[in-house]
This record gives sequence, structure tokens and C-alpha cells, in this order.
Amino acid sequence: MLTPGLPHFLIVGAALFALGTFTVVTRTNAVGILMGVELILNAANLNFVAFNHFNPGAVPGGGAPIHLGGQVFSLFVIVLAAAEAAVALAIVLAIYMNSRTIDVTEADTLRD
Amino acid sequence: MIELPNPSDLIFYLIAAITVLSAAGVAFSRSIVYSALALLGALLGAAGLYLTLSADFVAVTQLLVYVGGVLVLILFAIMLTHRINVRRDTNPHTAAAMGALLFVGLGGLLGWVAWKAPWRLGEVTLGDRPLPGTSAEIGNLLLGHYLLPFEVASLLLLATLLGAVVVARKELKED
Repeated sequence: MLTPGLPHFLIVGAALFALGTFTVVTRTNAVGILMGVELILNAANLNFVAFNHFNPGAVPGGGAPIHLGGQVFSLFVIVLAAAEAAVALAIVLAIYMNSRTIDVTEADTLRD
Repeated sequence: MIELPNPSDLIFYLIAAITVLSAAGVAFSRSIVYSALALLGALLGAAGLYLTLSADFVAVTQLLVYVGGVLVLILFAIMLTHRINVRRDTNPHTAAAMGALLFVGLGGLLGWVAWKAPWRLGEVTLGDRPLPGTSAEIGNLLLGHYLLPFEVASLLLLATLLGAVVVARKELKED
């Protein structure tokens, strides 16, 4: 079981996902939380590309099989991750310009 | 004779170790800058893993967009929001017990499923053919079967651009 097969890549993806979730749950720095989200997205991407490599896909509903569907989807995930990072960091900057802190535990103005 | 492990297997384990250790660095670092640099390691390791999965276009895109775009953006945000003080805990933890519980639970469950599930694997033999590059086929797919998501992604990027500029600009003072 030493040759890397599909389970090995999925386990690496699971480790990345678990570490990303830990980062999101425990950090109080907003940029730190964003870095955890990036780790989670990378884990999902790794899963997509791994499944694409080990099981080239078919079109649901018939047609010629699409052998790179997983890779195309992972490209879209990368695009979306970049867009989400840009907007999230714009929000972090706006909060910082307003209240000089990016500690998420201090962003409680709407709390009663 | 001791059977030496396959070099390509060793490369996979090395890159996987770099990725997971860097991600652990992101999760457990005290300083936010160390976390960002560890994220660089994790993204590079992921690009290396894509290369071992013969996804060359995705690997290069990961390097260009993630490392060259998202990571630089994160570093800018860190530098713009960083108070100038030397040895302080700039990336503190909170609720570490809940985090550890989620970590063990999620990681354990996903890893167990990954190991135990009877995956149906497809045919992955090259034979004597050289490894085909994926760029041409991805281009065909993006302009063929995946044309609608491609165009919607461009709209989304436009919305992101406008949104980020509007959110982060300074307020206009009423004179």
C-alpha cells in the first residue's frame, strides 16, 4: 500500500481540510481566518484533481466522456477563491480603517 | 536485496509532507506573518501534488493565481493592518478545545472514509505514449462544454472588482 493511490491523495486533502477548519475556528485575526479558508479550498481542489486523475469522468446523461472535468472545475474553484479573497480582504481593510483592529472578537457592534 | 522504494513514490511523500507540515504551520503559528509564509509552503506543495497528478495547467494556474495573486494580497492586508510592535502574539488562538475536537473529528472521519471506501478506479495507463499536456484539452472544454460557467466567472470577477473597490475606499467627506 506504499505506492500513492487515490486514498493517499484524499488523506492529504483531509489533513488540509482539518487544519483549515482548525484555523478558521480558533483564530481571532481576520486575515488568519481567511488563510484557513484558503486551506479548505485547496483541500477541495486536491480532491477534484485526484479524482480526475484516478477516475476520468463521463458526462452525466450520455455523450463523449469528458476526461478533464475535475481539472476544469478546480480551475473555477481557484478563480472563485481569488475573488472571495479579494472581497474578504477589502472588508477586513474597511473594518480596520473604521475601528483600528482586525480582531474578530471585538467586532461586536451589532450584538446586544 | 533490500527493495528500494520507487523514486516517484518518495517524491509524492516528500511533497505531501511539505504540504501538510506547512498547513500545520498556518494553523499553529503565533505570528500572522509566519502563518502567511507557511501558507506559501502549503500552496507550493499543493501545486507539486497537482503535478504528480499530471495536472500541469492546474498546477501552473495555482502558482500564478494563488501564490502570485491571493498570497500577495494576503501579505498586503497583513502589512496594512499590522500594528508595529515587535514580539507580540499577532495571531492568537481562541476556543482551542473546540478546534481540536473539530480537527480530530473531521480529519479522522475524512481520512477513514478515504482509506476504507471501495473507490471505483478508472483506467490510468499510459503505455508507451508520452504524457499529454492538458492545456489544449482544457481550452477546448472551457470554450465548449463549460462555456457558460466560463462566462459567468468573468461576470463574477467584474462584480468582485467593483465590490472590492467600493468596500475598501475611503469615505467621501461631506464638505
